Amino acid sequence: MSAILEAPLGRRSFLKIVTMAGGGLVLGYYVRPEARADAAKADVKNAEGSFAPNAFIRIGPDGTVTVYSARPEVGQGIKTSLPMVVAEELGADWGSVKVVSAQLDPVFGPQFAGGSMSTPMDYAVMRKMGATARTILVEAAAQTWGAPAGECVAAGGMVRHTPSGRSIKFGDLVAKASTLPVPAEDSVKLKDPKNFTLLGSRIGGVDNPKVVTGQPLFGIDQTRPGMVYAVYEKSPVWGARPLSANLDQVRALPGVRDAFIIDRTVPENELTGLVPGVAIVADSTWAAFSARRQLKVQWEEGRFPDSSWDDFARQARELANAAPGANNVTEARRDGDLDKAFAGAARVVEASYSYPFISHANLEPQNCLAHVQGDRAEVWAPTQDPEGARRLASKVLGTAPEKVQVNITRIGGGFGRRLDADPVAEAVAISQRVGLPVKLTWNRTDDLQHDHYRPGGFHFLKGAVDSKGGLSAWRSHHVAFGSNMGADDYPARFVPNYLLLNSKLENGIPQGPWRAPGSNTYAWVVCCFLDELARAAGRDPVEFNLALLGDRDLVPGSGARGRPYNASRMRNVVRQVAEKAGWGKPLSRGKGMGLGYYFCHQGYVAEVAEVTVSPKGELRVDRVVAAVDVGSQIVNLSGAENQVQGAIIDGLSAAWLQELDIRQGRVVQANFDDYTMLRMNDAPRAIEVHFIKTDYPPTGLGEPALPPLAPAVYNAIFAATGKRVRQLPLSRTDLSWS
Amino acid sequence: MSRFTLRVNGQSHKVDVAPDTPLLWVLRDNLGLVGAKFGCGIGQCAACVVHLGGAPIRSCMMPVSAAASADITTIEGLSADGSHALQKAWCELDVAQCGYCQPGQIMSAAALLAHNPNPSDDDIDDAMAGNICRCATYHRIRAGIHKAAEIMAAAKEVRT
Repeated sequence: MSAILEAPLGRRSFLKIVTMAGGGLVLGYYVRPEARADAAKADVKNAEGSFAPNAFIRIGPDGTVTVYSARPEVGQGIKTSLPMVVAEELGADWGSVKVVSAQLDPVFGPQFAGGSMSTPMDYAVMRKMGATARTILVEAAAQTWGAPAGECVAAGGMVRHTPSGRSIKFGDLVAKASTLPVPAEDSVKLKDPKNFTLLGSRIGGVDNPKVVTGQPLFGIDQTRPGMVYAVYEKSPVWGARPLSANLDQVRALPGVRDAFIIDRTVPENELTGLVPGVAIVADSTWAAFSARRQLKVQWEEGRFPDSSWDDFARQARELANAAPGANNVTEARRDGDLDKAFAGAARVVEASYSYPFISHANLEPQNCLAHVQGDRAEVWAPTQDPEGARRLASKVLGTAPEKVQVNITRIGGGFGRRLDADPVAEAVAISQRVGLPVKLTWNRTDDLQHDHYRPGGFHFLKGAVDSKGGLSAWRSHHVAFGSNMGADDYPARFVPNYLLLNSKLENGIPQGPWRAPGSNTYAWVVCCFLDELARAAGRDPVEFNLALLGDRDLVPGSGARGRPYNASRMRNVVRQVAEKAGWGKPLSRGKGMGLGYYFCHQGYVAEVAEVTVSPKGELRVDRVVAAVDVGSQIVNLSGAENQVQGAIIDGLSAAWLQELDIRQGRVVQANFDDYTMLRMNDAPRAIEVHFIKTDYPPTGLGEPALPPLAPAVYNAIFAATGKRVRQLPLSRTDLSWS
Repeated sequence: MSRFTLRVNGQSHKVDVAPDTPLLWVLRDNLGLVGAKFGCGIGQCAACVVHLGGAPIRSCMMPVSAAASADITTIEGLSADGSHALQKAWCELDVAQCGYCQPGQIMSAAALLAHNPNPSDDDIDDAMAGNICRCATYHRIRAGIHKAAEIMAAAKEVRT
């Protein structure tokens, strides 16, 4: 008996109940056949037999509720928070919930972890899933008692008949429940959030006991019988091909199985997939690492062998002097009449801001375990985008994506780096050659010198305040390495006379998303320059920024795809953070407060930093206060607060210390001794997180709390010392004062 | 290759590896103890901390030949069942994000608490400054160490 199909659930799936060996109620959700015809066919077939991996919720006769977690756990806490949503609606006892990591399977729908998208994409789906299962269990209990379902309530892992006080445990209901049809979607009622007991509470990560006892959770911890160990050396000038190498000599070294050149680029002409290099395969990690020290490779010159940061900065300055319409100067947005506004301004401020390339520096170096057999491959990978990993692996193998099985491991830090699957491509290419399970491990230098970097950038700004102290004109020229600022990026839409010019520097540097891409630097540029303009206008920065945000609520985006900006939500968090931080309280010289605020990834966040700068220039960030609006519901208060605290310290680490220099077409830094990360002694002693609940759907927290930190700290330094710093990181600037 | 006998978490293991192999890779590749993590290979991140004769060491820098003389404790052997005060505190305060650095953090913290059962914030910052947490859970690590100190003090009171 099996497979009762019913009830469309959202855009991607339908629900069904199946009975599986061992009994229990199993509720699966399945992609629509029209979306994934082959996969759905396979699943239905599977469901009639020994159904296993495509169940989303399983309630066993012992009352254990098993919930599959489909999104990769990268430290954002999704493996705990989404099952909490299911459990809340189900009325489960959290102590009886077991969370199992899913592998890549189309039945689960989108499985990437990026862009702070998991919560907004899955929150409503998980609620519906839990509520549907609850509705079935309640019906089963009602039928058992011959009572109306409306008199029965599910909570704490059992259903109670309210008038009589009788109760039945979930486990005792599953046999009956699994014979019932899935209720029609519109008959499933969600809980009133006022009655939530689990959501919004503090729940520890479900894998914490394994984390603190050193269990093999991560990609780098995976093993297979007969596994060999590989390293892969690539040209320090990105994308350059190996012309020759002392392979015979390396093959003769102790513990080395093989050494060979892989001279392929997949996809063609791209720097973020498989690129050419030299593989060494050995009996142990150390044998491979040791042999690599003897490896000598002749590389071709590469496309940009002479590029350097200093030269990029020179090119940027030249572009800044070019007129709109000149070669490589694109007008991305123009509002009003800038000439007139600048001519009539009370004050005009000009400034240039710049920031360097930085690395993701995931503490778990890039790695992958792959086993290629014929035209099939199985990989174990710490990937944020398992589907992308499968696509790339199948391209490397020249096989269909279905022939690549991706096992998703826990991830030792993502931050966007692991949305790209280059280590998977390399491990697959090496395993294809040697025919054995291969664990590829990058060393720290590989990781720093072959990252897909947060790009550096240059912003040349000119702003005007009018006689009333209002921001009347904004001219910005962004010289970028990859993506430029968008036409709607703040403060566009809020300044009557506005010009955004964009230019791109030709370069061969691999780039990728780094926690809050774009926003992580634009927030700093924009909020610092706004602080300069507020000071020029002789106005308090909080008051100046609130005035700039105006009195509109929803400010529409430009064009069909434009994103609206909810100015009232932003004003609210700015006001709240100012109040909570005690904005405006008198501080002695050398101490100061600064404001940063930004909208990204659907979240509205404002932060105030309070700093002390000693006369010798030593910086201490004493306190950071954050006001965070990510909608109506915080799912897991512990996890949410951890994300904000971490984003604040991560933001400080990047703004204070992190910088990659580029010389002779390559990254100079090689390890944590010259690429400095913030440590505990420099972390702020106090971080206060205030979640501001608003009547909007819950959204993600991996990213939006990071961008406001850098401007908050820089503006606080100005308040403390009178020094306006216009470059990242801070460590380049002498902050001493007298 | 050379033969070494290592005493890890109270058990003896014979391994046959190159003498310059760092202890980290012997633990991970030969003994299957993967709690100690590889982060930098040059002693800068402390994800690989284990105890040698009770003292915290960077196992990525310690050749196996120098580690064969003393008892080695890894995160897997810190307690039999995850019941060390630090492990309890870490779970109670939900310290970890990605969790990759946390075995190293806990091993560094365990060495601190062994000789300073009631550390101040400054003591903690000094003792833990070698450990990088890329997710920047430093606040909770600090709180976790204070919590563990409390748990240990309470247990001691019960015993006496």
